[in-house]
Amino acid sequence: MTARVVIVGNGMAGARLAGELHAREGDRKVTVLGAEPHRAYNRILLSTLLAGRVDEPDIELTEAAGHGIDLRTGVPVAAIDRAAREVRTDDGERISYDHLVLATGARAVLPPLPGLDPANLPERVVPFRTLDDCRRILAAAAGARSALVLGGGLLGLEAARGLAIRGLTTTVVHPRGHLMERQLDPAAGAVLAGTLADLGVTIQLAVPATGVAADATGVRLDLADGRTLHADLLLLSCGVRPDTALAQAAGLTVRRGVVVDDQLRTDDRSISAIGDCAEHDGVLTGLVAPAWAQARVLADVLTGSDPLARYRPRPVVTRLKAAGIDLASMGDAVGGGPGEELTFTDPTRGTYARLRIRDERLVGAILLGDNPAVGTVIQLFDRGHPVPTDRRALLLGRALGTAGAAPAASPALMPDAATVCQCNTVSKGALVRSWRSGARTVDAVVAATRAGTGCGGCRDAVGGIVDWLSQAEAVEVTR
Amino acid sequence: MVLREDDAGVSVHPRQFPTNRGGLCQKGWTAAELLDHPERLTTPLVRDPATGTLRPASWDAALDRVVTGIRAIQNDAGPDAVAVFGGGGLTNEKAYALGKFARIGLRTRHIDYNGRFCMSSAAAAGMRAFGIDRGLPFPLADLGRADTLLLVGANPAETMPPLVRWLTEQRANGGQLIVVDPRVTATARQADLHLQPLPGTDLAVANALLHIALTEGWVDREYVAERTAGFEAVRRSVAAWWPARAEQISGVPVADLEATARALGTGGRVIILTARGAEQHAKGVDTVSAYVNLALALGLPGRAGSGYGCLTGQGNGQGGREHGQKADQLPGYRRIDDPAAREHVAGVWGVPADELPGPGVPAYQLLDSLGTPDGPRALLVFGSNPVVSAPRAGRIERRLRDLDLLVVADLMLSETAALADVVLPTAQWAEEDGTMTNLEGRVLRRRALRPPPPGVRTDLAIIADLAARLAPDAAAATDAAARFPADPATVFAELRRASAGGAADYAGISWARIDAADGVYWPCPTEEGSDTPRLFTDRFATPDGRARFHPVDHRPAAEEVCAAYPLHFTTGRVLAQYQSGTQTRRVAALRRAAAEAFVELHPDLAGRLGIDDGDPVRVTSRRGEFSAPARLSAGIRPDTVFAPFHYAGAGRANSVTNDAVDPISGMPEFKICAVRVEKA
Repeated sequence: MTARVVIVGNGMAGARLAGELHAREGDRKVTVLGAEPHRAYNRILLSTLLAGRVDEPDIELTEAAGHGIDLRTGVPVAAIDRAAREVRTDDGERISYDHLVLATGARAVLPPLPGLDPANLPERVVPFRTLDDCRRILAAAAGARSALVLGGGLLGLEAARGLAIRGLTTTVVHPRGHLMERQLDPAAGAVLAGTLADLGVTIQLAVPATGVAADATGVRLDLADGRTLHADLLLLSCGVRPDTALAQAAGLTVRRGVVVDDQLRTDDRSISAIGDCAEHDGVLTGLVAPAWAQARVLADVLTGSDPLARYRPRPVVTRLKAAGIDLASMGDAVGGGPGEELTFTDPTRGTYARLRIRDERLVGAILLGDNPAVGTVIQLFDRGHPVPTDRRALLLGRALGTAGAAPAASPALMPDAATVCQCNTVSKGALVRSWRSGARTVDAVVAATRAGTGCGGCRDAVGGIVDWLSQAEAVEVTR
Repeated sequence: MVLREDDAGVSVHPRQFPTNRGGLCQKGWTAAELLDHPERLTTPLVRDPATGTLRPASWDAALDRVVTGIRAIQNDAGPDAVAVFGGGGLTNEKAYALGKFARIGLRTRHIDYNGRFCMSSAAAAGMRAFGIDRGLPFPLADLGRADTLLLVGANPAETMPPLVRWLTEQRANGGQLIVVDPRVTATARQADLHLQPLPGTDLAVANALLHIALTEGWVDREYVAERTAGFEAVRRSVAAWWPARAEQISGVPVADLEATARALGTGGRVIILTARGAEQHAKGVDTVSAYVNLALALGLPGRAGSGYGCLTGQGNGQGGREHGQKADQLPGYRRIDDPAAREHVAGVWGVPADELPGPGVPAYQLLDSLGTPDGPRALLVFGSNPVVSAPRAGRIERRLRDLDLLVVADLMLSETAALADVVLPTAQWAEEDGTMTNLEGRVLRRRALRPPPPGVRTDLAIIADLAARLAPDAAAATDAAARFPADPATVFAELRRASAGGAADYAGISWARIDAADGVYWPCPTEEGSDTPRLFTDRFATPDGRARFHPVDHRPAAEEVCAAYPLHFTTGRVLAQYQSGTQTRRVAALRRAAAEAFVELHPDLAGRLGIDDGDPVRVTSRRGEFSAPARLSAGIRPDTVFAPFHYAGAGRANSVTNDAVDPISGMPEFKICAVRVEKA
């Protein structure tokens, strides 16, 4: 058991770890140092905040508090002293640790563009990463009529949709040939672009930006094809980079992120890293689910509740969810190789599906638009379960094969053994027999058989059979 | 229903009552068949020590055996060595008398009942949110007028068919019905929208629905501010439940979550109901709380035509949990650890308050302690069949066998009665007067059509007999006879006084008043004053009148699937059977309709396992196994198998269920465990 745990970072990973530690037995002191001045918040909801659908308090997360948790926000850490097992804050305070966890996250990448000085961004040019960024965007958006978004990845598109909901004329500029090229194939990208266009977001593809100019009245974005776009606001969404500065300065092994093993330890056994800043098995996570899985494993290890816990990455599902857009992408949906492939495209309605199957398992999928099976597909992929024998179920979901037997077109075609009233187990044959015994009205048939006396749902069917029997009166009822 | 008796026997006739509107299912129509059933017990049975078999005995001999056994065990090991197990089918009078008999007749703290397996999670969640637990805080008829009705883990089309008439009316009125169930049930088939989550993920679904309501601006902020407390903590906890996260856990598509949230958030009259599917989990209380949180955030409870409620599972599931057969409870829904409650009830019972025992333990814990070194050595069972209905039933069966004395009062030789040392034949529903309280909190009369057959006594008479015989001397016996009347009207009069001032206050309810109206809704504190069809219109039953939010988080099932047990297993009912089947398995028509257990599985799963429709299959968990024919259905998830729990012996589904219990309610996790399935 570790007595003094210091967590650097109060974002999605750090706050989660504090909660996981809080939930486990044992005496320990946990200090959380958040560089941002805010309570822990849900970064996933920033685009919803941007859209004006929630207020800041609505994106706050539950914070572990009391019981040995010391949460300190607005306290950036300047350095790690590994020899002394201390961290030093920007204010010069030294805080000792028995175990240190780096959950420093990632920072927005600012594109190297003429006119864009990372140290001195103009007011109308804002990256989209933190709550403070969001506040700046909202300040700039107040009174604005148009916005440019540089970067057509997941976050850029969510932000663009948020700004469009706010009523801004929004244009996304993306240097690649199709949107979200890491998750989508060109066909899906095209359907997505169409959906966005219908929602009032213009897309400019395959055109790098070459320069930015901003003043008090607006922003100008120069494009490589010679065009120039003007707007009141430029939002930068050009990817993120793990924040590894502290680790690097402390001499920990850093490649793209802080390198950690299956127990999330760095090459200093007293220091771990989780979340966006960590690199496990050569992979940066960049998503919440793996960060939270890492927090759980690390809490198990640090508290001794499962000292042998190992982080095992699970296949990643990317979900873009903005009003009017429903997109899920998982695994290797665009690669070639052996196996089956299912596709469905209905660009007019903004629906696209591509699923790749190998050895009865999903290896990747893109589902865009109205795909009723999306929940099933995600679970089958996530758990590695076999796919349905009838592959159409992956496209049509529960719509396929689960409806009750279709009612026979005519009672004449209904087999005698067919149960008409479930509540009282009355078959068609029993209804016919009651008729033959003299029951000549619906009420009489009901009284004789009790059909329709439970939930009442078969009353129409009973009525239909009585009608049929009345009409067939002249004819011999043979069945 | 109305009964008539003529030369041909007793016949059942539906009654135009406001709840069922004349509807009866097959179980109701055929109920009279049990009155003169050939297997009916009409004489006490006592186990012959020489042969080990049950033999007919006189009432004197049987009761003597019981009383001698109780005395010996209590002299040796103290009063708590004798325990009582009741049932949610008992009338209010019997439930009340049983609780009183345990506390001051046997002086044991150990009494609980099978309602713990039924309503306890919803009860606990209702108590902590609203300060009161009444299944529906509004009349059932409100369902028919709801714009949006959300049923979570409820299958009334098979468990309570007459209730479906309200659902039909609701949709005829243009309302939207949304059903949450892992199976395409007869109810789900009628829904406008069916969410089919993995079992055990209803909580995640609820939190995501509230998350969406927040991000879409459907939370009733004014209501939250004026009528509730604790919203901040819930708001922060559901901020972490964005829909895609719940989708991955539950399998319910985000679009369906959004459509559901929209129907709930923008409908005028909106009702959310939970039932066993959501409640029978080791996180059942938290799951119900998640739906209560959703209802509160949307401003539903107390709003005309809207609200949250739970569907009761047993005939007297509501009244059975109000009058003291619960381990921690005294009549009037009072807590046994509340000094004022003890003082009041002890006063009615004519004993010093400090003579009342303290709280016992919940049903499963009680059953699991039987015959163990620290557990009770004798058990008296009334109206319950835990050999079939308890989770991990094989283990509970062994515990019952380990008892020194098992006494079962029942009308048939149930599987539990078959293990007993003494079996006492009891009267049936048509042979005794009394009251039941339905899911609306509406107290109803049960009227005797005829006296019990010769050789059969009512439960109240048995309790009176035992109390008198347990008395140490003649004076005490006279005293006990006065304390434990066998006449239900006398018991009800005392119940009224005992419940007076409690949450479930029956003080103003007389049998005459029930007869004059179509039942009387509690609380009803005075004979002159009105009853309470609708709760929460002005305030909640909490000290400050505000409802309480409780932040709750999804957590995995107590047992997750693994390589050895790769499938989820869930249980439920079928239309033609009821509970442990002690009665319904003995009715010919019901046996024809649903003769034996089955294992429902998806054709894809069956194909992978090499199983055809009708093949005998074995279902095995870490706790046991059962066998039944396969029934293939595309209406169940391919990762989940289902079986009904009504059957005994080789087809006993509860042989495999998990005995993990909810930390608050003691509810076992009937609705999910890990199994493997193979051709038997």
